[in-house]
Amino acid sequence: MISKSLFTKLGPQSIWIVALLFLIAAVVPLLNLALPESHPLHVPSYLVGLFGKYLCYAMLALALDLVWGYCGILSLGHGAFFALGGYAMGMYLMRQIGTRGVYAHPTLPDFMVFLNWEELPWFWLGFDQFWFAALMVVAVPGLLAFVFGWFAFRSRVTGVYLSIITQAMTYALLLAFFRNDMGFGGNNGLTDFKDMLGVSLQSDGTRAALFSATAVALGLSFLLCSLIVNSKFGKLLVAIRDAESRARFLGYRVEHFKLFAFVVSAMIAGVAGALYVPQVGIINPGEFAPANSIEVVIWTAVGGRGTLFGPIFGALLVNGGKSYFTAAYPEYWLFALGGLFVLVTLFLPKGIVGVLSQLRSAAQKQLGQRASAETGAKPEAAE
Amino acid sequence: MSPKEKQPLLYLNGVSVSFDGFKAINNLSLVVERGEMRAIIGPNGAGKTTMMDIITGKTRPDEGEVFFEGDTDLTKYDEADIACLGIGRKFQKPTVFENHSVYDNLALAFDEDRGILANLFHNETRSRRGRINEILDTVRLSHRKDFLASELSHGQKQWLEIGMLLAQDPKLLLVDEPVAGMTDAETVETANLLREISKNHSVIVVEHDMGFIRDLDVKVTCLAEGSVLSEGSLDHVASDEKVIESYLGR
Repeated sequence: MISKSLFTKLGPQSIWIVALLFLIAAVVPLLNLALPESHPLHVPSYLVGLFGKYLCYAMLALALDLVWGYCGILSLGHGAFFALGGYAMGMYLMRQIGTRGVYAHPTLPDFMVFLNWEELPWFWLGFDQFWFAALMVVAVPGLLAFVFGWFAFRSRVTGVYLSIITQAMTYALLLAFFRNDMGFGGNNGLTDFKDMLGVSLQSDGTRAALFSATAVALGLSFLLCSLIVNSKFGKLLVAIRDAESRARFLGYRVEHFKLFAFVVSAMIAGVAGALYVPQVGIINPGEFAPANSIEVVIWTAVGGRGTLFGPIFGALLVNGGKSYFTAAYPEYWLFALGGLFVLVTLFLPKGIVGVLSQLRSAAQKQLGQRASAETGAKPEAAE
Repeated sequence: MSPKEKQPLLYLNGVSVSFDGFKAINNLSLVVERGEMRAIIGPNGAGKTTMMDIITGKTRPDEGEVFFEGDTDLTKYDEADIACLGIGRKFQKPTVFENHSVYDNLALAFDEDRGILANLFHNETRSRRGRINEILDTVRLSHRKDFLASELSHGQKQWLEIGMLLAQDPKLLLVDEPVAGMTDAETVETANLLREISKNHSVIVVEHDMGFIRDLDVKVTCLAEGSVLSEGSLDHVASDEKVIESYLGR
């Protein structure tokens, strides 16, 4: 019963996308590990790592789209939630280094020994346990989003003002994490990770497994977002986006709905960050840079906000383009990125996916009209 | 009848509010009985919309009392609370959810749990669907059910918004300029619609269109400079010297 209603609620498109992501999660590691390098279908390890990173970005864009595309909250600080999730994972990975660090201290990470710290700060306790770190990956971004959103939405801060304070939030965190006293490795951040859950992060098997985990996490996030936006709650988010006062005068506590979406979105962003860090091997305050958060907005806009597939597509496309451009024409990449954003804003306000689905529905309408003209039936309610 | 039911539905007494020194509402008193439909007229800047803002919790009065159903002090609540208490409001500019279908607009307005979880795990029921279809008939939009609200004409949007109020099923409807920008035929139709609605609901209508007010045939209150200038039947108000002076003109 439940699964049946689940399927009808999601619609075939979402099911296909989730199925495809799960398929990728299963097949790519196989093609990477099981096939010899000479085989034409072999996926080289560097590509597995690269696309694993892209999928993390796609998850971050999806999280942003839930609040921006569906609820009109243009967050220019979503990178902060991503980075906090990343730091939580980074702390776990630091504690796993153990005595293999340069100073070979059994509990303190290298940078703390370097700073002459005597013992582990209280907020590092528990991070030697994976389950605790995994909990913090969602709890810390979620809590920050809750506190921030509670004050912002209750005070009815909207539009460009909200965007500016989200930007200020991530900038403040950037400055805070740069400080050595904060206890997160300062400027250098956390790096030199050795292993995760007992297996080496450098092995191909672990990298392939991380890729799979990311694809599955993206699929599950997509499923969660689909369920949300296809429920009555999701319709209400769009209603709040388009006519907030109307929703309020109908008796909805607009600020609670926004807060819920914002917290869910921050948690998804946190998971994305946590999967990103072991794949790139480092987390530093640079991840809080406002420019990072703005780039996420560009991915989402290019792909198509207000559709769930759009931000995933946009993140893959723009980052693929970035990898190509920065290798082939390094000096032109920023111009290309800026130009892309201007073009999309001017000519494709709904993004690439939005335009495609518009074209498709227009074509269907035309087909329908032709069919009804052929059978001689009048199109219904054509005024 | 219990004492609560003998009380007027809405009771404003000595209400004043000023913005930057300008008194938008000045010692306004107004009583609306249960089941009554009241028309409110007055020149621009008379405080009609501000009065609605006060009743619906958007603006807090500087002084005076606003009571709903006898003992509910509306000045203590905000918009969402007041909507749930049973006061619905139609805006001057038709405000509907443009990217939702006509049906979904009504479904979102429908009187049911406004909580987050209830909306996440909401399931359509047959009785709800039937009730929404009835409202579609009432506001003459059945043939537009699956259209996006943005595809409706201006007049149809006004009706849809009135329909959303009906779906919300409030005890009191505040309707701000429902026929602004409508054709003559639509205006007549809207008067019929409001009369139909007033059979089961109390209604306050703000309007400039005197022909429309005459069609409604209800008690009229004329506001000017934030207070009541004259009150009574339309003929009584229209022949009042003060009203002619400040609003209708000679």
